[in-house]
Amino acid sequence: MAVAAARELEAPTAAQPLIPLRGLIPVSAIVVGLVATIASDWTWGLDFFHVVGGGMWTALDLFMGFVIGPIMRGLPVPARVELTKRLMPRMLLIMPTLVTMTLAAGFQLARHNGMLSTSYGRHGWVVASMAVVAVMAMVALALLQPANIAVLFELRKPQPNPAIIQGLMRRFIYAAGVTGAMQVATLVIMTRLAT
Amino acid sequence: MSGQREPRVTELGMLSIGLVAAGVIYLAAYLPRRAPLAPAMILLACAAGVLATNALLLARRPGFAWWRFRQVAGWMLLVYLVVAGMLEFTFLYDHTHGAVLVLMTLLLAVFTLNVPLLSAWTVARFENG
Repeated sequence: MAVAAARELEAPTAAQPLIPLRGLIPVSAIVVGLVATIASDWTWGLDFFHVVGGGMWTALDLFMGFVIGPIMRGLPVPARVELTKRLMPRMLLIMPTLVTMTLAAGFQLARHNGMLSTSYGRHGWVVASMAVVAVMAMVALALLQPANIAVLFELRKPQPNPAIIQGLMRRFIYAAGVTGAMQVATLVIMTRLAT
Repeated sequence: MSGQREPRVTELGMLSIGLVAAGVIYLAAYLPRRAPLAPAMILLACAAGVLATNALLLARRPGFAWWRFRQVAGWMLLVYLVVAGMLEFTFLYDHTHGAVLVLMTLLLAVFTLNVPLLSAWTVARFENG
């Protein structure tokens, strides 16, 4: 079945860029905007980057782990590969951008609001949020992102191996599920801090 | 892939990043006071040691697709140098200085080297050497 699925894959795409290059324009704009916002200590801007980035990051993690994951498991192998081909290059741009937006703006916002100080009444919650982010970073950087990149490289081979792609996608979806579950903890902590 | 048992690069990488994160959280948890530096130094040494062990285990692997490893690691390093540059900027912007700045910078360096290693390993292990 795996051999038959491999035959159904499209011709090699090694000449194409790994990521959609047009996507680098909004990513660059967001990074420049983020640096400018931090440098000018613009409170509304920091709030905007943190809330928008965090909301989208949380929603995307939950969506990937608990919606796309189960759907993908039920698809035939060629359909999974086709979905992967279209989804993963975009994810490689979207996720790091959202994470950078959320964490950089969030840390500066916490500093601005005095939440980083040990004298802050809910300092323990702030430290707990850092611990949750640390676990998410470990999972994302060691499992999610490498799987994402490895799938893209496998898909560019003349004869992609569906078993490797399936294994990496399984790892990607499970890791997204773990970070999705951690995001629920983040929601609890953030709403505690905001109340 | 050969039948040889693969080194635990991903697990060791996670451990090293976890130790870096623990060091940063420890230092940040004391703000605005200065944390006693010894625990952070121990965490940094452990993180760097695990990273070095990981690189050594990888270097001893025969038939590894180093050409692909170098390609992926090079680009990933470029991307994460930009990220690390932004983080270093925020350290300096927040008036971090002295021994704490040195520690934070070294922790950041270990983090920045771990990420390309993990991605490049995951890609290259599925290539023919």
